[in-house]
Formats: sequence, C-alpha cells, structure tokens
Amino acid sequence: MTISEIFETMDYGVAPESAAEALAWLVDQGDRFGHFIDGAFTKPGEGFDSRNPATGEVLATLTQATQADVDTAVKAARKAQPKWEALGGPGRARYLYALARLLQKHSRLFAVLETLDNGKPIRESRDIDVPLAQRHFYFHAGMAQLMEEELPDREALGVCGQIIPWNFPLLMLAWKIAPALAMGNTVVLKPAEYTSLTALLFADICRQAGLPKGVVNIVTGDGTVGEMIVAAEVDKVAFTGSTAVGRRIREATAGSGKALSLELGGKSPYIVFDDADLDSAVEGLVDAIWFNQGQVCCAGSRLLVHEPVAEVFYAKLRARMDKLRVGSPLDKSIDVGAIVDPVQLNAIAGLVAANTAGETHVAATELPSEGSFYPPTLITGLNPADTLMQEEIFGPVLVSTTFRTPDDAVALANNSRYGLAATVWSENINLALDIAPKLASGIVWVNGTNLMDAAAGFGGVRESGFGREGGWEGLSGYTRVKGTPKPLKDIQPNQGDGAPTDPIDRTAKLYIGGKQARPDGGYSAPVWAKSGKLLGHASLANRKDVRNAVEAAHAAKGWSKTTGHLRAQILYYIGENLSARADEFARHLDDMMGGKQGAKEVEAAINRLFTYAAWADKYDGKVHGVPIRGVALAMKEPVGVIGALCPSEAPLLGLISCMAPAIAMGNRVILSASDPYPLAATDFTQVLETSDVPAGVVNILTGLQGDVATPMAAHMDIDAVWSFGTRSLSGEIEKASAANLKRTWVNHGLARDWMGTAGQGHEFLEAATEIKNIWVPYGE
Amino acid sequence: MLSQTTQTATASHQLPQVTEPRNPGMALDLDWVRSLQANTSAIERRAASLPARRSVKKKHQAAWLLRAVTCIDLTTLSGDDTEHRVARLCAKARQPIAQSLLDAMGMGPITTGAVCVYHEMIPPAVRALNGSGIPVAAVSTGFPAGLSPFHLRLAEIEESVKAGAAEIDIVISRRHVLSGNWQALYDEMRAFRAACGDAHVKAILATGELGSLRNVARASMICMMAGADFIKTSTGKESVNATLPVTLVMIRAIRDYFERTGFRVGYKPAGGISKAKDAITYLALIKEELGDRWLQPDLFRFGASSLLNDIERQLEHHVTGNYSASYRHPTS
Repeated sequence: MTISEIFETMDYGVAPESAAEALAWLVDQGDRFGHFIDGAFTKPGEGFDSRNPATGEVLATLTQATQADVDTAVKAARKAQPKWEALGGPGRARYLYALARLLQKHSRLFAVLETLDNGKPIRESRDIDVPLAQRHFYFHAGMAQLMEEELPDREALGVCGQIIPWNFPLLMLAWKIAPALAMGNTVVLKPAEYTSLTALLFADICRQAGLPKGVVNIVTGDGTVGEMIVAAEVDKVAFTGSTAVGRRIREATAGSGKALSLELGGKSPYIVFDDADLDSAVEGLVDAIWFNQGQVCCAGSRLLVHEPVAEVFYAKLRARMDKLRVGSPLDKSIDVGAIVDPVQLNAIAGLVAANTAGETHVAATELPSEGSFYPPTLITGLNPADTLMQEEIFGPVLVSTTFRTPDDAVALANNSRYGLAATVWSENINLALDIAPKLASGIVWVNGTNLMDAAAGFGGVRESGFGREGGWEGLSGYTRVKGTPKPLKDIQPNQGDGAPTDPIDRTAKLYIGGKQARPDGGYSAPVWAKSGKLLGHASLANRKDVRNAVEAAHAAKGWSKTTGHLRAQILYYIGENLSARADEFARHLDDMMGGKQGAKEVEAAINRLFTYAAWADKYDGKVHGVPIRGVALAMKEPVGVIGALCPSEAPLLGLISCMAPAIAMGNRVILSASDPYPLAATDFTQVLETSDVPAGVVNILTGLQGDVATPMAAHMDIDAVWSFGTRSLSGEIEKASAANLKRTWVNHGLARDWMGTAGQGHEFLEAATEIKNIWVPYGE
Repeated sequence: MLSQTTQTATASHQLPQVTEPRNPGMALDLDWVRSLQANTSAIERRAASLPARRSVKKKHQAAWLLRAVTCIDLTTLSGDDTEHRVARLCAKARQPIAQSLLDAMGMGPITTGAVCVYHEMIPPAVRALNGSGIPVAAVSTGFPAGLSPFHLRLAEIEESVKAGAAEIDIVISRRHVLSGNWQALYDEMRAFRAACGDAHVKAILATGELGSLRNVARASMICMMAGADFIKTSTGKESVNATLPVTLVMIRAIRDYFERTGFRVGYKPAGGISKAKDAITYLALIKEELGDRWLQPDLFRFGASSLLNDIERQLEHHVTGNYSASYRHPTS
C-alpha cells in the first residue's frame, strides 16, 4: 500500500519485533539443549522438538530427562544445599540480586524467546512476564536479606522439586525459584515440554551470576519427568498446572513427608454490578480472558452481569471483542497471539463445539491462515448447569450468565469447584468491600483484574490448590520450623476387666450440633483405667457420624462472621468453666493415663484457651506494598470447617490445642478425640455446653481415629484436615484429601511437645486461616 | 460495531469531504447523566497500556502523521498576536508540510483542519485563508475563564460568526459542573449553540478544572445533549490540559451518545500534545474506541501549535532516513 492509500484506510500495518537475537542465541547453543545440572549443561540426548506455535517451526531440540538425569540433578541439589543455606540470608541476597539484574540486562532476549516459544504477544512478554519475573528476584533478594532477622524460627526445607506450566514459562520459574533460593533451598525444576527455552536461558544466566553449582538444576521433558521429580528424594514438591495432575501429585506424595504446594486450575468469576464503570469493566475483560490467549489459571473466565445492565454490557463487550487483533505474536500491535500448541487448540475447539447452550459471539476479527490461533469468543445466556460454566476451558473463551442481587452474585460466583481468583466491578465501596470477603477465592480484584506482584501472595482455595506464592505468606511454603522432632510413640488403650469406678453408669456420647448424640452405628467400647477398672464407655463414631458433624458444622456458619472480640469472650469463658472443674478433670486424666500429670495438663489447657482468646482479635492481616495506587489487603479468613484428629498422648490439652486456634480464627471444627483416652473429650463437652459455644461450632467424635480419618479427609465439604493422631494415619489422610484437594496438616508420625511452645502459636494460626489478597486500586 | 453510515463525497479537495448531520441535541436526561461512571484507576490503566498495544511503523507511521496534520487546529491564542503573525500561521495551514516531502511520499496537497484564533484575529485569518477551504475557528465566550457577563458571551459568539468564523470554541462555566447545577450547564450550552447559528460549536470543558473524571463524563454528556458539535478538553491555559485518561472518558461519552441518538459528535484534545508520537497514540485511541469514521477532520481535531513542527521532522526522517532539525521547516 502507498502512503496515500494508508492515509485513507488508516490501517495499522505490522510492527514486527525482530527475532534475530533470540534465534542467534539458539544457534549459539547449537539448537540442541541438554539439562542444566550441577552448574553445567549436559550433552544433548534423545528428545523432542520445541516449536513456535505461531508458525509451527522447530526452534530447538530438547532432551527428555531419564531417571538417571533426575537422580543426578537431585543429588547435585542435595549436595549444594547445606552450603547454600549456610551462606546466610545476606549472602544469598547478593546472588538473587545478581539474577534480577541479569534478567533485566537481557530482558528483550528473554521476552522475544518467550514469545517465540509460547506464542504470547511480545507486548505481554516484554511488559508483563519479564518485568514481573525480575520483580520476584528483586523482592526475594530482600526476603533473603531479612530472613534471619524476621524469621528467626524458620529454616530451609532442603531440596525442592518444582514443576511449572507452559502459560508463563519464565514467570512461573521466577515464582518458584526466587523464594526457594531466598530461604536457603536448592531446586530441581522442570519447565513444561512446550516451553523450556527461557528456563534454559535462565540456566545460562545462573552461570553468569556465578551461582554456586547445584543450587539451580533444570531438567527438561514431559510429564513422566515430572513424575520422577515427584518420586525423587526431594523435601518439597511445588507444582503449578492442571487440577488433574495436581490431584495425582497429592496422591503420589501422600505419606512421604514431602511438603507440597499446588497452584491449579480456576474458573474465576468476574462480577459486574449495575453501578460499575461499564466501559472499564469491558476493558478489564480484555485483561482477564484475552490476556495470554485466556491460558491463565486465574483468568476471569466466568462473567456474571447484573441483570439491569446485562444487554448494554454485552453489546459493549461484543463491540470491544471485534476490535481485538489476533495475529503474529511478534507483532507489537497484536492483542491475542497463538495458542501454545495444536493439542490445546483442539481441546478448546472441542469444548466449545460440544456446547449447544446460550448464544455464541465470535469476534469479527481476522485470524492468521496458518498457526495455532483461536478467535476471542463470548458465550452468553449460559446457566450454572452448563458444562462450560463449570469446566476450565483455558483459552480465549468467556462464558456468561446474569444475576439479580448481590447475594445471587455471590452464590453464582461460589458455585464452583475452584477458588483461585475473583473480580468485582462496582463504584460502590460498600458493595465491593462487602462482596470481596464473601467470595471463595484466594485473590479478589476490585475494579481491576489480573493484578499481580511479588509482594502479594498468589494462590487459591478448593480445587485451585493450596499454598501462596509471593509476599510474606509465600515464605511458609519454603521454610519449616527449626528443630528435629522425635518419632511419635504409639499408645495402646488400657486393658482391664475390673468393676466400674462409679456405680452410676457414665454414658459418654458424641457431641454433634450442640447435642449429645448416640453414635450412628450403635456401638460403644469400654474405656479402662490404668488400674484396670472400668471408667465408662465411649461411643464409636463411624463415617455417618462424620457426615452428621459436617452438616452441623456447616449449619454453624454464622460463627465465621462473628467478631474476634466475641470469640475471645467465649474462649475465656471456656477456660473459666474448665478451671472451675479443674480438679475433676485432673483426676479423670490421672485415672485414664496413670501418674499425676493430670493437674499440669489441665492447667496448660486453661492457659492455651487464654492464649487463643488473646489471639482471637489480634491475628491481623497485612497491607502489602504493591506497586499500584491502591492497596492489596491480605485478609486472614477462617479456612471453614476443619477436621482434626487430636493427639493420643495429651487427651485434654491436645484436643484444646486443636480446637482453640481453629475456633478463635472463626472456623468450625470436628474433633476426633484421643484414641486411647477419649473420656477427657467427652467430659469437656459439658464445659462447652455451659460456655455459650454456639451449636455446631465444636463437634467431638470418639472411637477409633482410623475409622473417621479417611471419611474426613475425603469429605468434599471439609476444608482442611489436621492429624496429630495415630502415626499410621498421615499417608491415608493425605491420599484421601486429593478428593477435593483440601489442605492437610499431618504429623507424619512425629511427636510434638504439647506442653511447650511447639504446642501453640503461629503455626496453628496459619493453619487455621486462609490469606485472601484483596486488591483495591483507588483514585478519583 | 458502530455503524459507518456517513456518506463520503469526493471533491476537488484532497481531503474526503464528508457530510455528517449536525447533532441537534436532545432533552436533558439527568438519569442518564447521573448513571455515568468513570473509574479513574481502570481508565489510567487502559490509557497507559494503549501506546504499548498499538505501534505504527514506517509507511504507516508517515500516513498516520499526515492524517494527524489534517486534523490540527493550528492555533495562536496570544495577547501579542498581530495580523501578520496570523497571516504567517495561515500560510502554514495551507502548506503544513513542505511540497518536497509530500512529493517524496507520493501525497497530494493537504491542509490543517482549521486555524484557531481570538475574535479580533478572525478577519485577517479569513482573508489569509480565502479560497483554501480551511475554516477559521474562534475561541469565544470570555475565553479562557468564561466569566464575563452572559449576554456579552452570547454577543461575542454572534460577532465572531458575523466576522466569518465557521467554528466557535466556547468555554463552559466550570462552576455549574462543580456545584452540580446540570440544568444551568445545559441551558448555557443550548444558548451558545443557538447563538452560533450555522457555525459549528466546540464545547471546551476545561477538564483540568472539573475535579474528577466522573465530572468530565457528565459535563461531556450534557454538552452533547445541549447540541455541541464537538467536545474539547481544554483551553490550553489550565495547568492540566489534554490527557489520555480524560480523552478516554470523553470519547466513551461520545460513543454512548452516538449509540443512543445516532449522532456523531466530534472530539478535540487541546493543549500539551506536542510530539508526533503522542499524536499517533491519540489517533490509535480514537480508532480503537470510536472507530475509523472519527479519524476525519470533521470529527477529530488536535488543538495544538507546536505539534506540527515535530511531525514535519518525523516525516523528513521518514523520507531521508536522517533525523531532522526544526529550522529546516518553515515556521508558522
């Protein structure tokens, strides 16, 4: 076209970013890559092609890691770890700072390589992925510097196996490696097989930074390599990817003692109220679902529009979609690039083709004739029952329905197995700040979307996984409490055949929904004193009693909305009433367990109640220093319903050590009492009954913990399970928890000193809360 | 998609001469006005990301810059303006880009969109532009503060129209916006429009003095309801003049008004746009939010004085491959 023709048409033309330097780098590496192990690249071996999805061209040949490769990498990481940790926070900070600087120096090379490999628009890799990756290294250089001062009780986990997805290859690498290294861990990371190139360039950067050998190891390959890493001698597995694979990893690591964090799928709601700035909310959707071709775990993919503005909003949205430019990812004027691989393209097309409901609008935009491209698509008029409203599409496809009221919006938003992120648009601060805490998600964006920063934790609830990445909250995933716990001793119940200690029968029942309840199975077991005399009978709870307790706990959901002050009052009151009966409790403990420690345990239990009464209104959230004009509020919310298998060895103190932090933070609990010594718990129900604890907030089951562990862990409506009980249960619980990917906190057969500081404090409070980051940009 | 129904009539002039029915205005609809929202942070994000989302290079860049030139209201609004100064400006308006550069780019003749002056400078401007087809625009109504007696402001419009101004840039009473007196703003604009007669009226909102983007949205809508042909950001005399966020708010209001009424209102950012690159960003924003129809001088103008010189330098760079110097281009 001539200039005078363009003068008439006012077309954009093309604005290509040169790929020359990135391609030259690949050529310099011989277009073939081995793994990066122990500070050096291995010789390229048998492998697979890495292609540019926009053109189908082969960019390089990568090596499929063998078991031996993974073993060597883990060994290198293991060997390097003690020295890396011993280097100290300030020493590690310098390396992290160097990595950040090098990422910055080579920023365009990383950006172009990322776009070639992944298909995302160069604008995104250049302006979002690469700068955020740098930011994570800068931020965590600071965390390394501060670790010894700010986290004096924490230490590194050891070797971390990290498996990352193809949608943000370099950024996910940064999210995984930066905090791990900062806290003194070493890593073995596997990038996705579609997108390994920037990880290999990062390996090159590690050499330039002089990073000690073995601190970062990168192995390439497909899912089978991921499985090898999961099975390897690592101390932690960190995974970002699909919920299906996350579930398999949960099952595979169950009982191994490996720490685990999972950042999985999502079907995040995007809620538009009638008082929103509708044009801005439309533009927000461009950043929500047409960012990175919609291949974003936290994509606002489920649009919920207030009925009064629905038609106007959809019209604006369709008009905006038609303006999106789809094309060569290296073109600087492109909004939507290539889908990462034809396999993904087919998956998206298949899901959309199978849908017959609603009205589909495909953006009236040109698609390149070749390459892996999918047009921006909107499907309105769907219902929650439609598959596309529930299933993650992971492509540029937005689905929508309308709502009537704020409550309706919350109900629709939370009608999902996922809980990663949510977006709320409203100009009414009351409405927005009322809705945000009600949404089941780890992140809420108010009048914005896909805002991310290293200073604010990222991660979800429900089947979106657990653990947070970024912020202070992200560090607990890469550290543990210092110390070497001892193995837990198994305690066998007393045996006996003596006469009852009290001629009046003591019928200890279950405590469900504020009432003494007979066990569903109708069975009870005798509880013998150390002396062999009969102390009474304890009910044997089964899975149906678990079910009933969960129902009761959910009915008590009002507890989560009470004030910390009120919860503190009730915890003090429990302590007061326990104190009034201290002698009786001490005597019964001594009867059951023998010895004279009962009084001490009761005193510690009262003290623990007071401790968590103190915490109830003091475990504050944070305001993160994110780089926007606005705030990211890290709010601490109750997890929900927690099932806890209480320790055998401290029948009263252990039970209270689980119950008190949980209810102080607003959770409802189902406590499975000490297996061998259940009667302290049943006595305690009488204290609860006299202490104004609302029905259903605390539920207590007795019987064999082994009978209720799996039903609890597999129960879809329990949000977390803790186990300090019998040693053998940890693996069983972790495995069953894969059902809904609930959080678990289990003892792995290790003992805890319930009388000491290990029996209370931050570890418990963290387990009893979820951190939700609510981003509120502001400005008039 | 906005419908593109405008007729394009070809004339001897290089510019496509388009005919757009004038916006007659409508009854004041306060429900609509009050429902308008403008979320500042979100608008700023969009404004910040747009330049990175749209990049126009090489031949396309040259063509876009030429289009920008045709949309410039070449302006002088100084106390020391004289007839000769205005004549010099008008000569530049007739030949904004050196013929040699146009030839090198294969472009026919172009002119700026208009020349914009104070009332007293209308006659010399009309004389200097005689036969060029370039309209003279006059700032009016007690520009820039708009606080002279109301009847004098109306009389000023009438005098300027009589003197030959084809376009009148009025200033609204900011106090009506700041005190929420929407009816007064509407009535004032209605009266200004009536006083203009056949001359087109551009409503200057002085957005830098309206306090919030929400007020910008509401004032934009009221001026359109009262029959403005154009809405314009600023006088160039406020401390903050045209910005991308303000532009976004005003052109979204224009789009809403068009969707509701079917009438296209023009947009004129003024003040602070002095770089060729900024001009491209503005054009891209208009193209994205309003569509190509608005990229014509009958619906889009830059109020600018130094922008032209930067565009000349960029065009010379396009033609020669060497970076240019301002002294190489005829001054206005």
